[in-house]
Amino acid sequence: MPPEGEVPVDTAGETGAPAESPAYVQADRYELEVNGTRETVEDAWLGETLLFVLRERLGLPGSKNACEQGECGSCSVLLDGVVVCACLVLAVDAIGSHIQTVEGLTASADVTDIQSALVASGGVQCGFCTPGFVVAVHELLRRSPDADEMEVREALSGNLCRCTGYGRILEAVRDVQRSRAQSSTGQTLSGRPFGEQSFGAQSFGGSGDVA
Amino acid sequence: MRVAPVALPTTVDEAVEALTEAPGAQLLAGGTDFCVEVNFGLRRPPAVVALRRVRELRRYEVSDSKLVIGAGTTYTDMGSGELAAALPALAAAARTVGSPQIRNAGTLGGNIATASPAGDTLPLLAALDASVTLRGPGGERTVALSDVVTGVKRTSILAEEVVVDVVVDRRPGPQQFLKVGTRNAMVIAIASAAVVVDVEARQVRVALGSVAPVPLRATEAERHIADAIDWSAAGGARVTDSALARFAELVAAAASPITDHRSTAEYRRRAVQVIARRALERCVSRAA
Repeated sequence: MPPEGEVPVDTAGETGAPAESPAYVQADRYELEVNGTRETVEDAWLGETLLFVLRERLGLPGSKNACEQGECGSCSVLLDGVVVCACLVLAVDAIGSHIQTVEGLTASADVTDIQSALVASGGVQCGFCTPGFVVAVHELLRRSPDADEMEVREALSGNLCRCTGYGRILEAVRDVQRSRAQSSTGQTLSGRPFGEQSFGAQSFGGSGDVA
Repeated sequence: MRVAPVALPTTVDEAVEALTEAPGAQLLAGGTDFCVEVNFGLRRPPAVVALRRVRELRRYEVSDSKLVIGAGTTYTDMGSGELAAALPALAAAARTVGSPQIRNAGTLGGNIATASPAGDTLPLLAALDASVTLRGPGGERTVALSDVVTGVKRTSILAEEVVVDVVVDRRPGPQQFLKVGTRNAMVIAIASAAVVVDVEARQVRVALGSVAPVPLRATEAERHIADAIDWSAAGGARVTDSALARFAELVAAAASPITDHRSTAEYRRRAVQVIARRALERCVSRAA
């Protein structure tokens, strides 16, 4: 019998089964499930990316905006458990999916062991790329806790850092692997200051001039 | 008739219906090209049909004679597992695309529909004479990839059609994909080459990327090297240095590159000559 299959799709993410998606939605009002909470997006326009909606409409500025073309990884989030650039996800296309941002990697108020290790190793300088790295490392170590250096480098190849030269970031990943191997304690983070700037073609009130 | 700005279909038929009902609606697959255009103000979709929930587009079938790969298959999906074992050069190409974040989102169907000269899956698909299944309101049609990708970012896919899958015949023998860029990750090809050696048909298939408006077959190089290879040598196919050198020359002659912000025509012609030869050298042994 010929092998036949469907590539496994991790729709369960970390927080249970996905919500049912409606066949049609209006782009100006919809709900997203972010960090386990249902959030309502209002007065949006169709072209808004998940990154814009997270930062400017839902008060979650942890995901950073830099390149808006998937080059830098600063906006890395987990969509149904898979790491993607939030700047390349149309926000309405995330309806019914589990979205996990750097703010929601843990339930309690502490920082994750990944964040602590990045600080301790000097892997944070200007800090702009750090949230993207934290999300990418989180996803890598969940999928492959014992990843070797090549696997780590590959997993972080879509995250740009212009300060550290990467050595200290790689060191932080090794530190997390070592300490997790020794013990398996918890990790956390929270805090939601609100960002106000808008960026590029991603801005409020874009619905008026659809070509 | 029901017209809505965003359709989130779960089947191909629903997607086709949504495209038909909302004229001007744009298909969204992985978003890795689509959203860049939106972000830079180059695309203002009046309505969107998003394909991410269409699970049937992520199916694949591997049989002894052919492979059917769903258009929603991501680069990550292509890069490992059963698909990678069946089509190692497609897997190699998929692993050179962008970053993990991009490979988790971007799809095979999107690569075809975007039809960039630098589309990384296209040379291997061209080398294998892939055919593409398109479904529209009138039903399905099967079109050769070379008739789908007609120019720089131009295709013959109709506005109401969805790319369903890609079909290729299996070719027994080694295959390789190589690409030149400015770094190992996150790079758009300056030049790329796919080489497929079919040891049963005693054929070599060579396709080049980023050196012409569309993926290009180097047919003269293919014919030359198929004749030059000693197919019955003990321990597998063998080829001489001089035959390889001629092969590389014919590859360079087939290329039709341009100079742009990414590279020059001269560099591209030279690069594609080097990588096509190297890819072939990895597929066949050197004769003494």
